[in-house]
Amino acid sequence: MAHENPTGWKRWVYSTNHKDIGVMYLWFAFFAGLIGFTMSGLMRMELMEPGVNFLPGLFGMTEDQARHMFNVLTTGHGLIMVFFMVMPALIGGFGNYFVPLMIGAPDMAFPRMNNISFWLMPPSFILLLLSTFVEGTSGMPGFGGGWTAYAPLSTYGHTGPSMDLAILSLHVAGASSIMGAINYITTIFNMRAPGMTIHKMPLFAWSVLITAFLLVLSLPVLAGAITMLLTDRNFGTTFFDPAGGGDPILYQHLFWFFGHPEVYIMILPAFGIISHIVSTFSRKPVFGYLGMAYAMAAIGFIGFVVWAHHMYTVGLDVDTKAYFVAATMVIAVPTGVKIFSWIATMWGGSIRFTVPMLYAIAFILLFTMGGVTGVVLSNAGADVPLHDTYYVVAHFHYVLSLGAVFAIFAGLYYWIGKMSGKQYPNFLANVQFWVTFVGVNMIFFPQHFLGLQGMPRRYVDYTDAHAYWNKISSYGYLVTLVGVLLFILVMAMTIFKKKKDVPDNQWGEGATTLEWTLSSPPPFHQFNELPRIK
Amino acid sequence: MAGDVKHDYHLVNPSPWPAVASFSVLLLTIGAVFTMKPDAELFGMTGFGNYFFAIGFIGLIYTMFAWWKDVVKEANQGDHKPVVRIGLRYGMILFIASEVMFFVAWFWAFFDASLYPKMPIPNFGEFWDIIGNDAPWPPAGIETFDPWHLPLMNTLILLLSGTTVTWAHHAVLHGDREGLKKGLWLTVLLGAFFSCVQAYEYAHAAFGFAGSIYGATFYMATGFHGFHVLVGTIFLAVCLGRAYKGHFTPDHHFGLEAAAWYWHFVDVVWIFLFFVVYIWGGQ
Repeated sequence: MAHENPTGWKRWVYSTNHKDIGVMYLWFAFFAGLIGFTMSGLMRMELMEPGVNFLPGLFGMTEDQARHMFNVLTTGHGLIMVFFMVMPALIGGFGNYFVPLMIGAPDMAFPRMNNISFWLMPPSFILLLLSTFVEGTSGMPGFGGGWTAYAPLSTYGHTGPSMDLAILSLHVAGASSIMGAINYITTIFNMRAPGMTIHKMPLFAWSVLITAFLLVLSLPVLAGAITMLLTDRNFGTTFFDPAGGGDPILYQHLFWFFGHPEVYIMILPAFGIISHIVSTFSRKPVFGYLGMAYAMAAIGFIGFVVWAHHMYTVGLDVDTKAYFVAATMVIAVPTGVKIFSWIATMWGGSIRFTVPMLYAIAFILLFTMGGVTGVVLSNAGADVPLHDTYYVVAHFHYVLSLGAVFAIFAGLYYWIGKMSGKQYPNFLANVQFWVTFVGVNMIFFPQHFLGLQGMPRRYVDYTDAHAYWNKISSYGYLVTLVGVLLFILVMAMTIFKKKKDVPDNQWGEGATTLEWTLSSPPPFHQFNELPRIK
Repeated sequence: MAGDVKHDYHLVNPSPWPAVASFSVLLLTIGAVFTMKPDAELFGMTGFGNYFFAIGFIGLIYTMFAWWKDVVKEANQGDHKPVVRIGLRYGMILFIASEVMFFVAWFWAFFDASLYPKMPIPNFGEFWDIIGNDAPWPPAGIETFDPWHLPLMNTLILLLSGTTVTWAHHAVLHGDREGLKKGLWLTVLLGAFFSCVQAYEYAHAAFGFAGSIYGATFYMATGFHGFHVLVGTIFLAVCLGRAYKGHFTPDHHFGLEAAAWYWHFVDVVWIFLFFVVYIWGGQ
């Protein structure tokens, strides 16, 4: 159907345009990320010194209220960063904007469903935010049982409506993601440009394809688990309640059957972005393209059969643990294929250290460190003393905050010129990278030491023995805060520039994917005549 | 610019329905929480839950109606070129795949409970001594259904409806509109009949949803399936209405095909429920 390009608020609210929807996702992720980042700041400031002082002082609350609030912050930070920052940015934002461009498609397969995938996110986020204002437990607001929402903390541990709102928030976010995932798979299978076989498809499209499969197959299981939480809470069922013959461990199995693929959902699109950036700025094709693609497929597949490595301390059978140790370690193999292929891509290349490339190299370094601590934790024996300590916190922040989030930064710097037609201020962006790099490592590297010292995660208070590294970690947050403020400044200076100054292909001959054949920003509808791939 | 488009993909017009649906979902979910917890306060307010729920529910149902009406309109005006129809097929298959994984969660809960039955433990604090002890399945005191009674009849009803929907499909393939209508009428009636039998069975059950893991897993799995039967019946009924309007042609009838796929999926889930929950797990 012919239609004029829509304008005003209808352009966004009624949108059926993958680029506009992608941009809305990115803004959404940005604001949600700021809230999640603020929550982590409140936690880090509380943990600056032993004792419970900061939150009571700031909010004028009792120590008990502050303890509960800390738990709520832990929970909210986790949920927001996973569901409302990383996933919307990588999958909803970059996926929407660039997958159709890269495969030479005019839009997504189901443009209207694409819009409901986005527009379900604000209601979902509102539900989660509301949950922090209504009663959670003992007259105190918010759910404080962690993002995993284990029963019985999430059943009769929090009897107020807060938990119910959080559960429905996840239902809505899950529905949004499932519809998004169906859209990506259909788009990639059905709308590649003539001549673009699946083995010629750019790696970012590959990564989103595999991610989408993980979403379709894992999210419904989470939806089932939290539906059972909901009926346990409100309709007297006993799925997770031993009083009626139920089993709290069942919840953990169901949760992690979703939860483990979920961490690959967050990191696979990051892999895709990093591959393009490393290739572009090494001015070489990706080393071992097919190996890179199938390594992601292997990671996605094995990701479904390792979930109980999150549950080594619940009393699993030794043989069960042995299996999950072995299966988990196998993941290191395809991951190693990826790391070494990135290095081999850079090897002998003519490397340009632009800001996206700096972020990509930092990603490879820091993600590898997080991967190595992951191999340590995959041992059931080593995991028992480290379980639920800051070592685990350090591990997953190295792979996610310093991995997935660095890939978001890398992708933004790589593509902001394409999306806005305006180039970022280079010097300030370099400063932003280095400040952030120092800051986040200062936060998270000492947390390895805290974990090895035995400091448990999700605790508001600690003994004096942990004071030193906690203080360093909290100072690291302040450095990162400067990095985040600089990021806002850099992005504002870019977006509010008057003149569009970016050519079609700003990165030169290393950038070979189809989005660089279009204008910057691309036309409202691209590829009215489909490109042909040789 | 429309004249320049040289591909067959469907660039959908801007639409209000996604945003309206999302807002309805917000009202529906907030309403649901404060209906389940009528005494709970949201910023000092109570007792608004069922109003929110009702408005959200009506909004959502209306949006579904309007949205799919648009889809049907677009199909009839020729927006669904062959390549778009392939995309719709992918979409439906993936949707059913996600539904399968939804049922995996219920079956997982059922097998966790039935393969490793645990004694009910009244005092949660002391359960460590008792957990792992063998308990009977079905749990003591639960009187289960005889699978060879109403459940067997329901199995036959659903299997029969699977054949009638195939009749309808083949009729449309051969341009036989009367056969299409008859097949769909029978399928819809059989689907409704199944739901009635299921409702009758629920009404005469000797155990409830609450209080025991048997009832919890039983009603969750069969109830979720029953909900899918209702959805599938509505889907087929819509196809029946479209058949009367003359919508389906031998080479363009994806709506009907999707409904048939969905119906077969519901059928297969029932077979698993019948053998696993009713026969194997019921005695």
